Amino acid sequence: MIELYEFVIGHAIQWGAAALLAIGLYITMTRRNLIKKVVGLNIFQTAVFLLYIQMGYVTGGTAPIKEAGRTLYSNPLPHVLILTAIVVSVSVTSVALTLIVRIREAYGSIEEDDIVDLDASDADASA
Amino acid sequence: MSALSSNGVLMLLAVAIPLFGAIAIVLLRRWPNAREAATLITGVALFVDVLMIACAMQGGATLNLVLARPIVGLPLELTVEPLGMLFALVASGLWIVTSVYSIGYMRAHREKSQTRFYAFFAVAIAATMGIAFAGNLLTLFVFYEALTLSTFPLVTHYGTSAAKRAGRIYLGILVGTSIGLFLIAIIGTYAVAGTLEFRSGGILDGKVTGGIAGLLLVLYVFGIGKAAVMPFHRWLPAAMVAPTPVSALLHAVAVVKAGVFSILKIVTYIFGFDLVRGLDATVALQIVAAFTVIAASLIAITQDNLKARLAYSTVSQLSYIVLAALIADRAGFLGGGMHIATHAFGKITLFFCAGAILVTAHKSRVSELDGLGRTMPWTMTAFLIGSLSIIGMPPLAGLWSKYYLIEGAWFGGSAWLVAIFAISTLLNIFYLLPIPFRAFFRSARADDSLVRREAPLACLLAIGITTLGCLMLFLFPDSILELLGGAITGGALP
Amino acid sequence: MRLLEHLPALIVAVPLVAAPICALLLRTRFPYWFAIAVAWATFAMALLLMEQVLSQGVVVYALGGWAPPWGIVYVVDPLSAMMLVLVSGMAAIIMPGTLLGIGSEVVRRAKRFFFAVTLLVLTGMLGIVMTGDAFNLYVFLEIASLASYALVAMGSDRRSLPAALNYLIQGTIGATFILIGVGLIYMVTGTLNMADMAGRIQTLEGSRPLQAALAFILVGAAIKFALFPAHIWLPNAYTHAPSMVSAFFGATATKLGAYILIRFIYTVFGDEFAFGHMGIAWVLIPAGVAGAILGSLVAIWQNDLKRMLAYSSIAQVGYIALGIGLDNRDGLIAAIVHIFNHGLMKGALFLVMASVILRLGGANMTQFRGLGRRMPLTMACFVVAGLSLIGVPLTVGFISKWYLVLGAIEAGLWPIAILVVASSLLAVIYMWRVIEVAYFETATDNRPIKEAPLQLLLPTAALALLCVLLGISTEFTVEIASRAVVFLDVGL
Repeated sequence: MIELYEFVIGHAIQWGAAALLAIGLYITMTRRNLIKKVVGLNIFQTAVFLLYIQMGYVTGGTAPIKEAGRTLYSNPLPHVLILTAIVVSVSVTSVALTLIVRIREAYGSIEEDDIVDLDASDADASA
Repeated sequence: MSALSSNGVLMLLAVAIPLFGAIAIVLLRRWPNAREAATLITGVALFVDVLMIACAMQGGATLNLVLARPIVGLPLELTVEPLGMLFALVASGLWIVTSVYSIGYMRAHREKSQTRFYAFFAVAIAATMGIAFAGNLLTLFVFYEALTLSTFPLVTHYGTSAAKRAGRIYLGILVGTSIGLFLIAIIGTYAVAGTLEFRSGGILDGKVTGGIAGLLLVLYVFGIGKAAVMPFHRWLPAAMVAPTPVSALLHAVAVVKAGVFSILKIVTYIFGFDLVRGLDATVALQIVAAFTVIAASLIAITQDNLKARLAYSTVSQLSYIVLAALIADRAGFLGGGMHIATHAFGKITLFFCAGAILVTAHKSRVSELDGLGRTMPWTMTAFLIGSLSIIGMPPLAGLWSKYYLIEGAWFGGSAWLVAIFAISTLLNIFYLLPIPFRAFFRSARADDSLVRREAPLACLLAIGITTLGCLMLFLFPDSILELLGGAITGGALP
Repeated sequence: MRLLEHLPALIVAVPLVAAPICALLLRTRFPYWFAIAVAWATFAMALLLMEQVLSQGVVVYALGGWAPPWGIVYVVDPLSAMMLVLVSGMAAIIMPGTLLGIGSEVVRRAKRFFFAVTLLVLTGMLGIVMTGDAFNLYVFLEIASLASYALVAMGSDRRSLPAALNYLIQGTIGATFILIGVGLIYMVTGTLNMADMAGRIQTLEGSRPLQAALAFILVGAAIKFALFPAHIWLPNAYTHAPSMVSAFFGATATKLGAYILIRFIYTVFGDEFAFGHMGIAWVLIPAGVAGAILGSLVAIWQNDLKRMLAYSSIAQVGYIALGIGLDNRDGLIAAIVHIFNHGLMKGALFLVMASVILRLGGANMTQFRGLGRRMPLTMACFVVAGLSLIGVPLTVGFISKWYLVLGAIEAGLWPIAILVVASSLLAVIYMWRVIEVAYFETATDNRPIKEAPLQLLLPTAALALLCVLLGISTEFTVEIASRAVVFLDVGL
């Protein structure tokens, strides 16, 4: 029982990250609306941020600022890394949204099904 | 490449002369006479070069040339050994004759794209020389593929949908078998033996178990699609859509002989006779080859198209040589080697005649040939002589190869093969002799003109030379036998 | 020479700095010549680095003077040197033609951004190859990928937009998976430096985070690598991207996935953990073979030749994966050599497509009718590169195939060897369809068609020539691959 408890509760953040990861991926893969896909992608990436951030956490540790009386710091490196990853994530989102805007201009829709239909009818017209 | 010896230059020239010839042909495309002169000069130069190589070899010189090193430890290498020498002599000698013939044929037929024809013809000969002088299996394979690709434009020369379909079959079978089976066998050989050199007594002996050796042998025999062992023979009849000179030199001599030559060489220098004789796979392959001999002859009887009949005859005759290789002893080797030469002369004569009939009388079917003996007596006489040589009648060259083949089969302990050879000789008579008989003894159909009109002079000249060759090889087989004997005296053979 | 010492930093920094400058240059001609100059400069630097690696062994460069494990190091071993030469060489050779290739396809005012973005792709790709730091690799991967998505979206046809978005979504998933893997390794090793990771992983065999890390990185790299069945993004992206972009990506993009895979499997995780403990051969070999066969099969049915080449790329990626998965010396040599060789031939083939699209407005089977007479030189290059793709002797394709089959036989996998050659026979079919149409059929219209312009023809011819030269003399490719294998070596 104790092991199971440890396994479930002791890794609560990892479980949370894993759940977000799965939710994000699921949304990205199943939604046909392009904006929703990008939202899913964002959730998916957030899961990774969580994973990294909990990695650097040290029980009882504080922010790594040199100050009298503080000896236990959390590891700053993963946090720094994830700052970079967040920047990347924002860039990805912005590129994705730009593309979606242009898709809307070109196709008049942001539903994948419509786009597929339009492409198919184009192909029929040219054939 | 540094420090080329004069002998090395000779080897290089054997491949380079036809390639330069091809370039010259393309450059001279606007002046047909100069272009044809270039072909002939190239042919003569090549033959002289090959003769010089032969003399140097008889003088005991070592002839070896490394062209490139594409894979570590596996150079592209040219070298000379007796079997290759024979093949090179036959192919380069007959190229001159074929060139003479082509000039007559192509002009009489007013073919299009003659420049492309002559140029790729020369490239194909270069590839053939590469096969003949290949110093190891990789080199052999490289030139083997080059030969397939360079003959493709010749097969599809007319560009019609029939030619295109034939081209697909041609390429599909030849490339398919060579990459799908031959290449695997080569790499497998390299993996177990660590080398691909041609060595007297073989490189595989003692390094592999019977199962793997048998598998490799099967892969080689079927993978060398140019040997046209059934079921991979369809490309050869398909290739008959090509202009007749192509069928004559490439699909009766160079390409098909390259196939059986490779098998003979692999059995002799990669496996070694002892190893091959001990394999179960050998018997199985003998049965397949024997089946090919008989079945192809039977199909030939049913073919009304003259070139198709000759093509199936070639399929059957090629399997003689495959059988000879699989007998794997001295007499078999001699018979196989001899047959490369004798069948070449016989079959090229027949194809020349078929082409001559096509350009002069515009007939391509056996059933249309009635009475042609009166209008084209010279051509049909040559056809008769060629047929008799292939059947193996004295005083013609085909006798010798059949003699050695049967001797090899008898003393090699496979008496049933003797029966196969005997039956197939009978079948030869059935599918070849009716052709001249019709021409000479049946009267022409009413609508045919009886005016005597022979083939173009260039064609007749070529036919005369090869017919004479059939006779000469009967009278003087010794030099060939001596040449071939030199290949295997080194080994521990009876 | 102080400058020579800083080559590893410069080769990444130069295109990085050049990209924004390029975007600021206003006249159309300036960014064009500037980008060409930068691409050739990186190519020259790559060659110099290659020379250094071959003469002195591995070059290690600590950025900003911070020694590892605190700072980021750039490490150039033979494998990365080869990748540098491939990537920068392809960029250099393709860049002069881009203006033609994009002239008709990309909005006129976007040209300078086009060059800026291309330079960013180059930066990212070179960075991936140079870096010895796992997180840094992720960052460069994202730089390259983000810029790639933008490039794909610049296609003439609106279909390039959904293609780019799909590429973006799948590429991001792949890159994020790699990020997760890196994080998990960091969790148990406490370092981001690849060499340090490798040292510590050896003592941590049974660690579950490590197992998960390998799995994540394998999947992430497989997506970037377009390894079957993670290849879905590739056909549309290659088909609808501007043709010069397809040429550049066809030659390089998937190769970086292969590089990442090799780097993590051999340098970080080590051969024993990856193959012995985790048995990734069971993923790589079946996926590779399935990709090789199915990719070629699908390619046979394509009418749009750019799409056909895209599917052929999936097949060729399968060979590389198979080579990696064989886990023996010859297999790995085959994989590395094929990364390079396939770059040459696919580059040449896509450049032919670029020329045909430029002259005829499309690259469908119908446009290829009678092309053998209309654009003889371009088609000659197509034939040479096509033969190379099939693996005809004396071309680079043969060399790769030779080592691959040899590796398979040495691993005792005869059926795999047979499947490899069977799939190359499928390549015969799809290449021959084109050759037949180009040489035996006559064009449907009688517009006079000119041969491709020199900026396209010369690079195409150069690549086609290399396909043959490097197939005859393999001192360069196989020698470097052998050395790379020695450096990657862990018990091979």
